[in-house]
Amino acid sequence: MSIDLKYGVPTVCLHTSMFVTVTRSVVRMNGAPRMRQVYLPHPVMGKSPEQIGGYVFGVSPISKKPVMQEVVEGLTQPLNDEDRKGLTFSRATPRLCEPASEAELNQLFLDNNWTDKLPIVLPTVERVAEMMKHTSRKADEVVGHHTATHFREVWECTVEQVAVNAVMAGARPEYFPVILAIAATGASARGSSTSSMASMVVVNGPIRREIEMNAGTGAMGPYNQANATIGRAFGLLSQNLQGGSVPGDTYMGSMGNALAYASPTFAENEERSPFEPLHVQRGYRADQSVVSAFIGMRHMAFTLGLRHAHWASHVRNMMRGMDPNESPVFLLDPIAARLFQDVGGLKTKKELIAWICENARMPAGEYWDYQLVQNYLYPRATFGEEPLAGKLRAAADEMIPLWTPEQVNVVVVGGETNGYWRIAGARSAGSACVDDWR
Amino acid sequence: MSAQMVVHNPMGYPPEVAGKALAPRLDTLNGRTVYIVDCRFDDSDILLKSVQAWFAEHMPAVKTVYKPINSVYTRDDPATWQEIKEKGDAAIIGVGH
Repeated sequence: MSIDLKYGVPTVCLHTSMFVTVTRSVVRMNGAPRMRQVYLPHPVMGKSPEQIGGYVFGVSPISKKPVMQEVVEGLTQPLNDEDRKGLTFSRATPRLCEPASEAELNQLFLDNNWTDKLPIVLPTVERVAEMMKHTSRKADEVVGHHTATHFREVWECTVEQVAVNAVMAGARPEYFPVILAIAATGASARGSSTSSMASMVVVNGPIRREIEMNAGTGAMGPYNQANATIGRAFGLLSQNLQGGSVPGDTYMGSMGNALAYASPTFAENEERSPFEPLHVQRGYRADQSVVSAFIGMRHMAFTLGLRHAHWASHVRNMMRGMDPNESPVFLLDPIAARLFQDVGGLKTKKELIAWICENARMPAGEYWDYQLVQNYLYPRATFGEEPLAGKLRAAADEMIPLWTPEQVNVVVVGGETNGYWRIAGARSAGSACVDDWR
Repeated sequence: MSAQMVVHNPMGYPPEVAGKALAPRLDTLNGRTVYIVDCRFDDSDILLKSVQAWFAEHMPAVKTVYKPINSVYTRDDPATWQEIKEKGDAAIIGVGH
């Protein structure tokens, strides 16, 4: 859009037909609903050059006109008044809904896609006021800004609006500073990637004990009110404070992701961990309370323990099972963390992360042929960004590293019922201090 | 009649939307330079080279320049947009998927 609207060069955008709704929505929200867009058959990815050529030389499945006729007309047909004016509008967000019965309001929230399709706690004035008592911040203070994805509009949210979503999730008022801190990271638990992302939050510091979060047995499961409702609040506030998460429009995740119901939220088991806590690694004091958000979570690998003979090979196999465009978060039960020390000889998180970066490798030819590496890393490498450019210079059979230390995280969680551990593919979306929101 | 409840609206504040004019169109593409801009996502290179091939076959009087963006589609690329403004007359931008 920038080329046409900002730089004044007549432009036509080519998309596949699956993206009609979302692309028309995006140009409308950018004030240019008549931006020239032409649609080809879907999908392009994985098709042969001959098949894709057939798309270009063929007919649009949306307009039923020849694709290239539409392209040429889009660049040459004169503009009308609507093209020259664009679309100006504003939308208000009323503070309150119209009074109605409980059943009617629950239906309203469902119909407006304001829920995760599970029952909610209706955010009455009284409940929201109770939530507000647990922060010193003013109701109309801006907490942050959220968007579903690149190119979509950015929405703004206030402390009170975060409180509304916290109530809906069933959160107790004393959890509110944690939820505000999560909102302040700007991370979205309802990202609109076609890859169907979920999110995750790690909580560190004294707040974990103050609100009785679970860091032990079942910490990542549905067994603790704080863990469960703070995670759910992250999801609800994301979708409502970014302007929606509706399939085909503001959500394009092809398969969806069940982890997005929970946005797994848990405390790090600092007391049983042999390692430095995550927030201390990130420069906070141990006595500060901190949330760390992770986005882009799509899968987890797991295994049990570390065996003396082949532990290193086993870990390498797990890492090779991940898409190399992902960043790994090692989620270690305290037993597993100690095994990395005792069996692996890796005494600190820093040593473990260094070992991961040294051992997570694959042949350069395979690496660069991954679709997501092609989409997100290859373009950066070709324009000289290191260390990607160095990987691009490698011979096809050279074993190149997948990750840098900055991309790797290690969190200790679990109740030591056994030494299971996991690798989640998820990248850091920043940390925020809970104490700032008390 | 059921009891009436008053509840908060859970949505945030959307930005104001300001109308934007499209760039003036050309009277013809013949003799003009059309940049074919590759967003470098999901085989978009194959797609856009097919577009270039269509011009070569059907409108050879149009000069086309195949131009991959400088990084990934999630990053703005003002250097490329400026080049197109200075050296081009029109643009076709495409994404794979």
